Amino acid sequence: MRPDQEAIVRWVPQGARVLDLGCGDGALLRSLWQQREAPGYGVEIDDESVLECVANDVNVLQVDLESGLSLFADGSFDCVILSETLQTIHRTEFLLREMLRVGREGIVSFPNFGHWSARLQIALGRMPVSETLPYEWYETPNVHHCTITDFEDLCRRVGIRIRERLVLHDGNPVTLLPNFLGSLAVYRCTAG
Amino acid sequence: MNAPHDPSSVGAASAQKAHFDQPIRLRGGAELPAFDIAYETYGTLNAARSNAVLVCHALNASHHVAGYYENDKDNVGWWDNLVGPGKPLDTNRFFVVGSNYIGSCFGSTGPASINPASGKPWGADFPVVTVEDWVEAQRLLADHLGIERFAAVIGGSLGAMQALQWTLSYPQRVRHAIVIAAAAKLTPQNIAFNEVARQAIMTDPDFHGGHYYEKGVVPVRGLRIARMIGHITYLSGEAMAEKFGRLLRRGALGFDFDTDFEVESYLRYQADKFSTYFDANTYLRITKALDYYDPASDFGGDLTKALARAEAAFLVVSFKSDWRFTPARSREMVRALLDNRRIVSYLELDAPGGHDAFLLEDPRYHGALRAYFANIEL
Repeated sequence: MRPDQEAIVRWVPQGARVLDLGCGDGALLRSLWQQREAPGYGVEIDDESVLECVANDVNVLQVDLESGLSLFADGSFDCVILSETLQTIHRTEFLLREMLRVGREGIVSFPNFGHWSARLQIALGRMPVSETLPYEWYETPNVHHCTITDFEDLCRRVGIRIRERLVLHDGNPVTLLPNFLGSLAVYRCTAG
Repeated sequence: MNAPHDPSSVGAASAQKAHFDQPIRLRGGAELPAFDIAYETYGTLNAARSNAVLVCHALNASHHVAGYYENDKDNVGWWDNLVGPGKPLDTNRFFVVGSNYIGSCFGSTGPASINPASGKPWGADFPVVTVEDWVEAQRLLADHLGIERFAAVIGGSLGAMQALQWTLSYPQRVRHAIVIAAAAKLTPQNIAFNEVARQAIMTDPDFHGGHYYEKGVVPVRGLRIARMIGHITYLSGEAMAEKFGRLLRRGALGFDFDTDFEVESYLRYQADKFSTYFDANTYLRITKALDYYDPASDFGGDLTKALARAEAAFLVVSFKSDWRFTPARSREMVRALLDNRRIVSYLELDAPGGHDAFLLEDPRYHGALRAYFANIEL
């Protein structure tokens, strides 16, 4: 599992109802069930990943996140997870609002574009490629990169309250200059 | 299509018939004094009786789901690509039951059967049957076969409506429901297509108000048109364009009313074939069963309330090119199941085949069914 997902498993309370948006092969949901007895559903658009979810015995719903979460009633989940999904979404603000409509709490993780290596690569005239940003510019599924500061600005503007933040690099917590030394950010947040 | 020696074929199948010498009261109020249900089985029921899978068929199919008939080797079951040894619905592991339904023309009691009250074929007097009635009859078949609980009930289209209804009529007797290319109710547009088909049949001079058996005729013209309109709606525009384009049958336009385009020839061929084996009275009843199905109607139209009874785990599958039973209809069911906190997975596949995609072999579709069945504990 990715380091952000390990943090997510720690944050999800025992038995919580979870919704994992952009769940990939369902590994996180499987861990949540095994370690937290948290039943959940994943949302995934990619055919191959959906098939892996079915094989992993994870509940998966093949719908497009860009069209919102109309399948889900208000407040129907304890926890809605966007694990390294937000940067692949066109309608960022809309999805964040949807997340906190259907969930009482949201967990969001994303690669920090403010990490020094990204800044350095840009300064040297190239799009950054790293462990947390593993794609070349022409093949990346990411459409909206942001830094830790950018994300927190957006949360303030949209009225999302950040309850907890964990910044990581190489799986280890970063407390000093997080927007410069952290390559992955994980947030626990609620509405208002 | 599988050759008879194919190790992934269930081999020679034999149709069986269960006779029920007890009256069945139908949703419409009528009662059948006794009835037969035709069925086939593949694989072996295990000692715990926990590996039975019921396959429900759609409009023009039957209980002949897989394999072939010894005396008719070209007659391969309609879902043979899915059901067999080593296939996604693996008959080495599961005991598969293909069930026909009352009102059919393939062996179960239907309009062409003899009405014991008159000694003549039922014809127009055969009652209108519903999805709920079929499930009730299948429940009696399950009892007859000693199956207390199905590991899964699976179907596409009208077959999927039966699978869904099983979870509502007998929630505790279904562990998994696999609901493919389905809708929890038809749209007015869908009902309209069915009405065109029925009108084609009923206005055929050979229909005789449904009592054509005794006249020794068949309303072939009506059946042909009914099949044509149905067939058009089961295919996607894209699939038709791919298959036929604007190819000309005779190389050039004929400037007459013979078949110009390949697609016309194909429709005529399908219509001819259908009218030789399908019964017009059955067609009328099956389309009515489709039109009437609406489990939410008893709950003020609230599907969430209607599905609250279901206990099964669901796999719902739709196809993007299916404009007869669109993905939006499947998502309504998924939403209602989620509202009820049921276990559900939903696949919305970008397959080009239209409504008939549920019959075709698509690696994502069959891969998902294979994985799903493999995870069903016995």
